[in-house]
Amino acid sequence: MELFKLIFIEPFEVMAALPDLLLQTLWEGFVSGILYSLIALGFVLIFKASGVFNFAQGIMVVFAALTLVGIHAMGVPPFLALILTLGVMALLALTVVKLVMKPLVNQPDIILFMSTIGITFILIAGGQLIFGGEPKAMITTELGLPTGSSDWEVGGGIVIFQHIDIAAAVIAALLIAGLALFFNKTKTGRALRAVADDHQAALSVGISLEYIWVVVWFAAGVVALTAGILWAAKSDVSFALQVVALKALPVLVLGGFTSIPGAIVGGLIIGIGEKLFDLYWGVPILGGSTESWFAFIIALLFLLYRPEGLFGEKHIERI
Amino acid sequence: MLKKIILGAASIAVAGSMYTTTPAFAEDTLYIPSLSYRTGAFAGAGIPISNGYADYFAMLNARDGGIGGAKVVVEECETGYKADKGVECYEATKGNGALVYNPYSTGITLQLIPKAPVDEIPILSMGYGLSAAAIGEKFPWVFNYPASYWSQMSSILKYIDSQGGIKGKKIGFIYLDVGYGKEPIPLLDKLAPEMGFEWVGFPVAGKDMQNQAATWLNVRKERPDWMIAWSFGAMTPTAVKEAAKIRFPMDKFVGNWWSGGHADLEQVGAPGKGYLAANFSGIGTDFPALQDVIKHVVDAGNSKANKEDIGKVNYNRGLFNAVIMAEAIRSAQAKTGKKGINGADMRLGLENFVLDEARLKEIGLEGFTAPVVGSCADHEGAGSIFLQQWNGSDWERVSDLIAPMTEVVRPLLEEAADNYVKEQTDWKTQSCG
Amino acid sequence: MFYREAGQYKTSYEADSAKFPIRQDKWFIWFYLAIAFIAIPYFGGQFFLDAIMIPFLVFALAAVGLNILTGYTGQISLGTGAFMGVGAYACYKMTLAFPDVNIIVFIIASGIFSAIIGAFFGLPSLRIKGFYLVVTTLAAQFFLEWAFIRIPWLYNYNPSGAIEVPQREAFGVIVTGASASSEVRYLVVLSVVVIMTWFASNIISGRIGRSWMMIRDMDIAAELMGVRPLYAKLSAFAVSSFYCGVAGALMVFIWQGAAEVEVFDYNRSFQILFMIILGGLGSLLGCFLGAAVIFIFPIIIHNILPPIWAIITPWTMSSSQADLVAAVMIGVLIVTFLIMEPHGLARLWAIMKQKLRVWPFPY
Repeated sequence: MELFKLIFIEPFEVMAALPDLLLQTLWEGFVSGILYSLIALGFVLIFKASGVFNFAQGIMVVFAALTLVGIHAMGVPPFLALILTLGVMALLALTVVKLVMKPLVNQPDIILFMSTIGITFILIAGGQLIFGGEPKAMITTELGLPTGSSDWEVGGGIVIFQHIDIAAAVIAALLIAGLALFFNKTKTGRALRAVADDHQAALSVGISLEYIWVVVWFAAGVVALTAGILWAAKSDVSFALQVVALKALPVLVLGGFTSIPGAIVGGLIIGIGEKLFDLYWGVPILGGSTESWFAFIIALLFLLYRPEGLFGEKHIERI
Repeated sequence: MLKKIILGAASIAVAGSMYTTTPAFAEDTLYIPSLSYRTGAFAGAGIPISNGYADYFAMLNARDGGIGGAKVVVEECETGYKADKGVECYEATKGNGALVYNPYSTGITLQLIPKAPVDEIPILSMGYGLSAAAIGEKFPWVFNYPASYWSQMSSILKYIDSQGGIKGKKIGFIYLDVGYGKEPIPLLDKLAPEMGFEWVGFPVAGKDMQNQAATWLNVRKERPDWMIAWSFGAMTPTAVKEAAKIRFPMDKFVGNWWSGGHADLEQVGAPGKGYLAANFSGIGTDFPALQDVIKHVVDAGNSKANKEDIGKVNYNRGLFNAVIMAEAIRSAQAKTGKKGINGADMRLGLENFVLDEARLKEIGLEGFTAPVVGSCADHEGAGSIFLQQWNGSDWERVSDLIAPMTEVVRPLLEEAADNYVKEQTDWKTQSCG
Repeated sequence: MFYREAGQYKTSYEADSAKFPIRQDKWFIWFYLAIAFIAIPYFGGQFFLDAIMIPFLVFALAAVGLNILTGYTGQISLGTGAFMGVGAYACYKMTLAFPDVNIIVFIIASGIFSAIIGAFFGLPSLRIKGFYLVVTTLAAQFFLEWAFIRIPWLYNYNPSGAIEVPQREAFGVIVTGASASSEVRYLVVLSVVVIMTWFASNIISGRIGRSWMMIRDMDIAAELMGVRPLYAKLSAFAVSSFYCGVAGALMVFIWQGAAEVEVFDYNRSFQILFMIILGGLGSLLGCFLGAAVIFIFPIIIHNILPPIWAIITPWTMSSSQADLVAAVMIGVLIVTFLIMEPHGLARLWAIMKQKLRVWPFPY
């Protein structure tokens, strides 16, 4: 009975009593969700085009942010550093495709997956070798990202909106819109979708698979850089960030591995869901810090009932 | 192709292992391994600590020709803050005549504690590790000068009490959800009724160090009057930023001594202004000993640290660690009359050194820290701490030395030590007469 | 030439399906066992036993566990670290409750708890596979890690939150705790690992093992031929977790002596996964080769690279840089092996054996 009350009554009483806290929670969840979506988006891009489940996406986020900060620390002006970082990500895409993906063509998916774990390790250790292990501050103001916050008075309390969070939402939306335009309106984008639909057919009409792969790996790198800048602005640039990036996995399960809208919706569900759960149920019942596994358990339950995800393609291998 | 690569790698490995021979150490050198964590998620604290530690010994070698005429050899072994690598480092270096180990990770300390009496090499876990090791009778080989976590927490609570009283206040305790963060909880439980405050815990999982939004929403819900942080690494800047976000008054937010490095707050900058943290080693370079380090080591190009990093919080902590060891070595040399001492002599040194005001002044560290005096029974020295405050770009010392509530902490420590020893059979204790 | 089997006739089915059908192999295995049981504890120093051989054997056992699941049954898992943790905590609680029982009994018995938890988290594998399973096993990993922290009963309400191994005996000899000699601990680990590997090899070549491999190679065909996926998969999860659990108990009790939750984190899972990738998926020999390379290689690099670097270049290299270089090299090694020899070191070994056999002729 006590437990019943804890689960079904008290959380809602708290919600009703403190509407500002509820709104704030939803907003924080929304912001985290956007960042999860961005990380998941990187996975989806590569998975769609090459069937590779890129485990290194999480570390690419850290690596991109680290490169940006590292180049800036050498005295390069911020926007030039941004462009140089994009260059590094392009180089990384080219290297990975030429040296790893191409020789592994036609290998089982699981081999490709493991090779990306290998890449993860190279990037973690290589990043520390080049840029050092100390955590670094993101160059937020230098990049013209806003700081400060605005309040919104509601229900006897306030909801605080950080400007950087608003900027994160806007930037993420712009990035997604840009990607959508790119996929739908450009020749390369259409080729990319053709590859995603059918490798063989795409090859037979003269689309260069290798070129497409480099493009998607680079696109994933751009997404990673964006996610890295936005997340690091909330804390700092350090290797601990890659663990947060693993949250993209449950997002993918929820949204489906091949669906861009799925990644976005999945990210928002996970982001908002875990904040709500932790605050209203996790802390009173389980003692808190449930965020580390909540998303994964949701994904696990989801897998049992709808393995293809919310928006995934139906022909998932069922057993 | 692959065969060639493998053969090549193997031959290089064989050639290399033939080349490497363990360096022979002369009779009168003092060999001190330094377990560093310059890599990994906590490198921000590990790098300056290892630098300060190495530089002080390098300074003693350059200025005085070592300690008591014996050169100090510091060998660094990288652990990455990982327990298994730490034990590997321990096993690899202990045969070289290691005097003492500073594991620099609670996980490594816990694994080395049972080994110390067997190998007869003491452990000095300065400001981390097992709090109960402060009971010298039960842990003859383990030291945690200058204060245990429990002593530190009691000092922080005393500070809060001095800032407008703690009675009737609500204290929020945000902690890294591992052994390290949970350690002060028994003390909070004990002191809450005695001092008349209420406390509420906010655990942050190690994986979510940089993802604390939900935790701080909960803080907002609970509305504590004060916050105390037992955080580490990336958790600290994230916590301070989130606190600023929910407009928690920064001067009511106190971190422990691992939550207040320069590397942590430099990333926060101005929004962290007012944030407090405990510390036990001085800030800055306005001490003759530090000037000597700059003169003999840094300017000579023998330091791994940048000049502007000398004197920062964690650098000075590593240096202070070296100071305690140097003093213990001196005391061991005086007691045994030998130049080159061994681990067992070092243990005596650690129980007998005297680092009082006069001695601090003599070695050029007047006002750097509270006096620490080694003793057989008390292996933490119940040292006092002070509080420092972030002014937006640097740390400033803002309080006098605050002594811990020894009368409360000591029984708890004894109880914990008894529990530890109870689980062990044949545990070696000592009696302090 | 060196490895000729001419003249070795097999006159019965038993001889033909023996574990080591070639006489030389039989000699070799006895030879290696003799080295492992006699020469190494006799001549190996304490550092060699404590810091290299014991961890190597523990990891090899965990790799055998993961290989059963990933290599033989084709179910990829990233929950190895947590399953090892289950074993360690189970062993800790049991030996605290019954201090007088032979500790080796508990080390083995702790595998049972791990097997139950493993089979439970293996349930989703009945509906999904591949990357999806990666997510569910990661769920197991993160959830169990959280449970190890949040359930103080597991670590006996220790304020440090860690488990500290008490001194325990087996057959009148001190086996755990700091007073146990390296030789004793090494021999205990070695015996457990040898016996359990022998068991594993029998399970794998038996009915159960063949059903695992059928599931791995083609699940639908396996089902049509009468293999029940439910039993095959859950038994693979259970057996695999059993091995990991025992490895975890050995890791804490015999090797490390105390453990915080971090030693069971997801990096441990990756480490073991790397071992079987490099060693060879679906090969018991590969588990040992992989564990040797992944665990020992960084130690060698850590110790020899800085002095070599100092000779061939004017710069010095610190211990931490050497560590990072070793990590990069491990990553490169993984990718290289996946590209050039996806079957790992075990396959290289087989090639070498074949070469020895026909030498000096090319084939």
